[in-house]
Amino acid sequence: MRQSELRNLNVLATNIRIDTLKMLKRRGYGHLGGAFSIVELLAVLYGKQMKYDPKYPNWEERDRVVLSKGHAGPGLYSALANVGFFEKDLLNTLNEGGTNLPSHPDRIKTPGIDATTGSLGQGTSIAAGIATGFKLSQKDNYVYLIVGDGELNEGQCWEAFQYIAHFKLNNCIVIIDENKKQLDGTTEEILNPFDIQKKMEAFGFQTVKVKGNDIKAIDEAIDYCKSFNDCAVSIVLDSIKGQGVKFFEEMVANHSVKFNNDEINNETEQAIVNLKNLIKDGE
Amino acid sequence: MYALAKDNKVGKELRMCVVDTLQELMEKNDKVIVLEADLGIASGWTKIAKTNPDQFINVGIAEANMIGVAAGLNLTGYIPFVHTFGPFATRRVFDQVFLSGAYSKNTINIYGSDPGFTVGANGGTHTTWEDVALMRTIPNAVVCDPADQTQMEWIIKEFSKRKGINYVRGNRKGVRNVYEQGSTFEIGKGNILKEGSDVLMIASGQLVSDALIASERLEELGISCEVIDMFTVKPLDEELILKEVVNKKAIITIENHSITGGLGSAVAEVLSANKVYVNLNRIGVNERFDQVGTPDFLQKEFGLTIENIQKTIKELVR
Repeated sequence: MRQSELRNLNVLATNIRIDTLKMLKRRGYGHLGGAFSIVELLAVLYGKQMKYDPKYPNWEERDRVVLSKGHAGPGLYSALANVGFFEKDLLNTLNEGGTNLPSHPDRIKTPGIDATTGSLGQGTSIAAGIATGFKLSQKDNYVYLIVGDGELNEGQCWEAFQYIAHFKLNNCIVIIDENKKQLDGTTEEILNPFDIQKKMEAFGFQTVKVKGNDIKAIDEAIDYCKSFNDCAVSIVLDSIKGQGVKFFEEMVANHSVKFNNDEINNETEQAIVNLKNLIKDGE
Repeated sequence: MYALAKDNKVGKELRMCVVDTLQELMEKNDKVIVLEADLGIASGWTKIAKTNPDQFINVGIAEANMIGVAAGLNLTGYIPFVHTFGPFATRRVFDQVFLSGAYSKNTINIYGSDPGFTVGANGGTHTTWEDVALMRTIPNAVVCDPADQTQMEWIIKEFSKRKGINYVRGNRKGVRNVYEQGSTFEIGKGNILKEGSDVLMIASGQLVSDALIASERLEELGISCEVIDMFTVKPLDEELILKEVVNKKAIITIENHSITGGLGSAVAEVLSANKVYVNLNRIGVNERFDQVGTPDFLQKEFGLTIENIQKTIKELVR
């Protein structure tokens, strides 16, 4: 990856993070932790790897994203706004009555959303179906399936993974965001996922593990996945819940954050200033 | 337009009606695709795997995934039909049908086989008297319980043209013919099969044929029954119910389903909402689980026979 390209992706990631933070703070609450842990991934997808046209969100030849961990919707909305699917003003309406930006993605309401998700596990099968449709139609598109590590508690994920592996859907790039926390605690405490990479390999996936905040490594991992054409592929993102802002990374219960006290609000304001400075400093 | 069958012989197996109709649809439209959950031999859909291998997917014993894959296929322009036994096609995957299907505005056509007493030896674990009740709660879903082979074939063709969640239940085996072949129907419209003045019988599924037989026997006793085939339990033909109930002494609903949430409930809701105070009796299953036995045994065990329909009506108009 060229330096200029890396810099642009870093800027995009930081903007996604800033806008997500602003959006949640404005609403007063929201799923911050899991949105932040996929910010770099979203920057690589929308900044480099994906085929799409924000002017034509329903363009038939586009690649698709299925955010099966639908609670990270605000992160995805921020990415979509930053690449031009809609005006940033819309971000201010998150979770308002009648909004087109519900907490969990809705393909009917929001331009750029390819699948309605939120009930965990279900996006995995939808992505598998999209990948099947692409194959049957002899389209060379990819579907990027983003799954949470807590979400792996759901049995449907494993039904879908068996299917994806059996049918060798190399066009369904399964990305597991291993941020190591779910709502009630760490994944290890709640329902130990053990070694996710080994599990995926045992399920028949070519699997690579990369740091969730390493844009270059994520990009290379996707290229690596695309080098296979006869087997299922997956990426395990070794990420941090709340990734990219130290204060939120260190917050214990950061699945959903309430912006209801001075400390959080001051830290948030400072984080936005710091993130903006990152961009000013050329990342 | 429909006409009554000239005889009430047992017709072609309903599963083969589905298979043949799907194959016919596939000839014309390569976007029609079917998904099975490892019951292809039971449903006859393995035949489709042979004739149309590119339009058949066996997802294995993973019904939740099957519904999601169907939704994803629809998102890429395909028209999916899925099959498994009724309980697995509804109860087991209700949230997938609801969210990945209906809520997401994806089209999924669902055939749930062997409802209620038709299950036979597979017994209580493999059947459902709740499927209609569940599916009826999904906004804008279509819920069909066909009376015979002609209606089943028409429904499958009709589903291929519709959007949304379309559910049809049905015996895998053959049932008595009610309609002349080539009859056509309308979703949301009940069919008056026999005129009558004393009692309004509203039936669905293969019990429509039983209702007709019971009504003819009751004529001989001087009880005049009108028989309606309400093959779309949802959307329900409210207009027809409200029109035909006028001047009747009683209404009886007849279904191979729980009286909670099915056809009987739907009719009761219409009557109640429209302040129609009439003697209503719902023949169906009340607070019981299914079990093993021949379909004939189960039909008797749960009071879904012609004899019980006659007895109930006689008591109602006494």
